Amino acid sequence: MHEWALAESVVKTAAEHSKNEKLKKLSEVGVVFGELQAIDQEIFSFALKELVKNNDKISACKFKVINEPAAFKCKVCGKEFSLKSLKKTDVEAEYIHFIPEMAHTFLKCPKCASPDFEITAGRGVYIKYLKGLQ
Amino acid sequence: MILDPRPSVIDERLKKVKRVIAVTGWKGGIGKSVTAAVLALILGKKGHRTGLLDLDFAGASAHVVLGTDGIFPKEEKGLEPPLIAGVRFMSVSFFSKRKAVPLRGANISDAIIELLAITQWGELDFLIIDMPPGINDAALDIIRLIPRTEVLAVTTPSVMAHSVLARSLELYERLKVPTLGVIENMRQGSGKPAGPAGSIRLDPKLEAALGSPEKLLKTAFASDLEKISRAIL
Repeated sequence: MHEWALAESVVKTAAEHSKNEKLKKLSEVGVVFGELQAIDQEIFSFALKELVKNNDKISACKFKVINEPAAFKCKVCGKEFSLKSLKKTDVEAEYIHFIPEMAHTFLKCPKCASPDFEITAGRGVYIKYLKGLQ
Repeated sequence: MILDPRPSVIDERLKKVKRVIAVTGWKGGIGKSVTAAVLALILGKKGHRTGLLDLDFAGASAHVVLGTDGIFPKEEKGLEPPLIAGVRFMSVSFFSKRKAVPLRGANISDAIIELLAITQWGELDFLIIDMPPGINDAALDIIRLIPRTEVLAVTTPSVMAHSVLARSLELYERLKVPTLGVIENMRQGSGKPAGPAGSIRLDPKLEAALGSPEKLLKTAFASDLEKISRAIL
């Protein structure tokens, strides 16, 4: 249920953006879900629906989910790899779900076993675009 | 466009927290974590609603000071820090299975933002932050994300610690970060304390009390820190 806290941040940022851009209504927000964080889409969508209810400017807004595969690049050997090639237990996956940077504790480069890699894509939640009427 | 939504809710998460105090120091091994954790215990015992946040990702140890085995935050529209001896506690140690957390600067910033965005502190009189040594990513992030943070510095009688301390205090002054005082830890002998806020005697019984909040509160360390906290808070 910590998805609720992240959904709240998306709604608050969307509302702030709407105000800053002087939009009368916000019609669509593109929300990216990074594969690494493994957000529960159902809980997140439910939270969004509940959170926008009392805000006229964004109550009719559609939140379009865009799934982004996780990608990594090792800083030691340069190997590029995906999440599917990595092993983790359910508990480790849960910890990464809360704090994606825990990937550096539990995952390692499949070529040289270093934890010193870059998460080049699919880390967590962010907003890719916002559309609205001025 | 890449718009990070998480910083927008950090103020919301901390809006019912009256004071945020970052316990910092610029050398390792000078007693920052023990000072932060025992200060939180002292404030909690006095009836203040108190939280403790360990942001020393590389050297997280507040959980060792408090003794938090087998505890995990409760999920409730975010993460609710568990109550340990009257103190709400949050640390990266909950998510690392006691393993090393090898993070580069940008990763540390991301993890700090994540933790601040998802932690539901509720109403607190004091949030004590156990900072990593030095003015680094964590310190700069806290100054940026929680600008009302007050700094409580820890040093030791070592000439090296004092040298780094002077430079760092000057930097905090330039950054307009309020400094509550400097505590000189591990003091031996008598004489005028070198830390303006006061000094804490080197307490040979402190090590044996680690992991037990009850024992920690009975140490000479806690007694000295309690006197200092009365004077500066």
